[in-house]
Amino acid sequence: MQYMLAIYGDERAAESAPREQTTEIVNAYMAYTKALQDAKVLVGSNRLRPTSAATTVRTVDGQTKVLDGPFAETKEQLGGYYLIDVADLDAALNWAKRCPAARYGTVEVRPIWVM
Amino acid sequence: MTDTSPAHRAAERAARQSYGKLVAYLAARTGDVTAAEDALADAFAGALASWPIRGVPQAPEAWLLAAARRRMIDLARRRRTREAATDRLLLSVEEAASAMDPADVPDWRLRLMFACAHPAIDAAIQSPLILQTVLGLDAAAIASAFLMTPTAMSQRLVRAKRRIHDAGIPFHLPDRVDLPGRLDAVLEAIYAAFGAGWPDPTGLDARRQGLLDEAVWLGRVVVELLPDEPEGLGLLALMLYAGARRMARRSSDGQYVPLSAQDPALWDAAAIEEAERLLQRARSLGGIGRFQLEAAVQSVHAARRTSGQTNWGAILELYDGLLALTNSPVVAVNRAVALGETAGPAGGLAALDEIGGDQRMAAYQPYWAARADLLSRLGRRASADAAYAQAILLEPDMAVRRFLEQRRASIRLNSF
Repeated sequence: MQYMLAIYGDERAAESAPREQTTEIVNAYMAYTKALQDAKVLVGSNRLRPTSAATTVRTVDGQTKVLDGPFAETKEQLGGYYLIDVADLDAALNWAKRCPAARYGTVEVRPIWVM
Repeated sequence: MTDTSPAHRAAERAARQSYGKLVAYLAARTGDVTAAEDALADAFAGALASWPIRGVPQAPEAWLLAAARRRMIDLARRRRTREAATDRLLLSVEEAASAMDPADVPDWRLRLMFACAHPAIDAAIQSPLILQTVLGLDAAAIASAFLMTPTAMSQRLVRAKRRIHDAGIPFHLPDRVDLPGRLDAVLEAIYAAFGAGWPDPTGLDARRQGLLDEAVWLGRVVVELLPDEPEGLGLLALMLYAGARRMARRSSDGQYVPLSAQDPALWDAAAIEEAERLLQRARSLGGIGRFQLEAAVQSVHAARRTSGQTNWGAILELYDGLLALTNSPVVAVNRAVALGETAGPAGGLAALDEIGGDQRMAAYQPYWAARADLLSRLGRRASADAAYAQAILLEPDMAVRRFLEQRRASIRLNSF
């Protein structure tokens, strides 16, 4: 089954983090990505630019409107994702626990709806 | 009127013995518990229609599995015409069907229990889910025991089963690292079923559906399939000890009899002896845990059968251990009661005062009943009276309420 590991964190805290800490986190993500590749479970992954770069399209009263900013103001924001292909939820949860975001933020594990 | 024909009885026997096994096996291959239950319900209906005419098959379980399997494939095919996405499901059903050997259905009930008690399933619905999928109890029966409306229970069960399928919750035994924590959830769920059946000592209350026996039966399944897990043995021992006293918990005219006033001759000696053996075996395996400690408390109570007295010092020590392990307010109340026996009522009351600030105590009946007893032993009649009033208000069981009312009336009489 395919699962998306959606990575949530406080992007403002991440932006103001000291350089050593940022380097440490980036290294942790690189090691994690390599582990997923080596295990041949990685389908795709991306890091997202902060919500300050987000634009939202939504229909209000039948009118399609383009709004600046994210879908919703939240304490933690979606910052990236890993798409993995594993046997079941337990395998996906084990990978989620190893994700650096499990230490620095929150990982939401969502099964992909196969169409 | 109940149907007592041999075919009907054979179907009932097969249902009782095979239901959970067949649901577990069918669901494990597809991840779809609801489809497995539906197919099996059709298979049992088919059995009741066919067996009286053609006779009971030599291997009823294999017959039911074959019928349910055909039904699952039919359902998957029909669904495929509506949803293109079910190709994979259909494939998995057909693959599963071809891999099944009806002569030898493996016992995967424990895998089903682990799926139901998965951390991705809401803890409050885990016990009802196990009762429904492994034992085939209907939502209405489970709802009344868990103080929920049938509609709400039914909806939550449907949602939980869909979640097992959609989230990809596996039907396997957790690996060694995860097993202790995951097994705890299964044992907690079984013990919750036992707790839900506890107010019905005679097994005659239709709303409780004999849940005491069903929970013991589930405990036996765990011990049979994981014979070397000390906490599984501990839970079964605990349920057997407590269940052994069920007949002594009411007098012949239906009055509530507290443990201290029970006649040990009415306790089920065979159940107590089995519990002793299980607990000894658990101890020999090492790895103390909550259920073994609770079973050990029951073992001390059971020893009154031969010694004629209760070793409250030993019970207090066990509750000290339990409190350190669980930090549970329920344990803290029981510990205070034990302390009231070893150190006197003032000591017990002081221990209750320590936890009295915990908000959960306000609506916890055993806290108020213990408090009322300790206060009345200290001669503090007015406070005891108020505590009894609170305990009576919180007690749902008629017989226990009558007992508490009598105690309350007796301290009032003594005050004149």
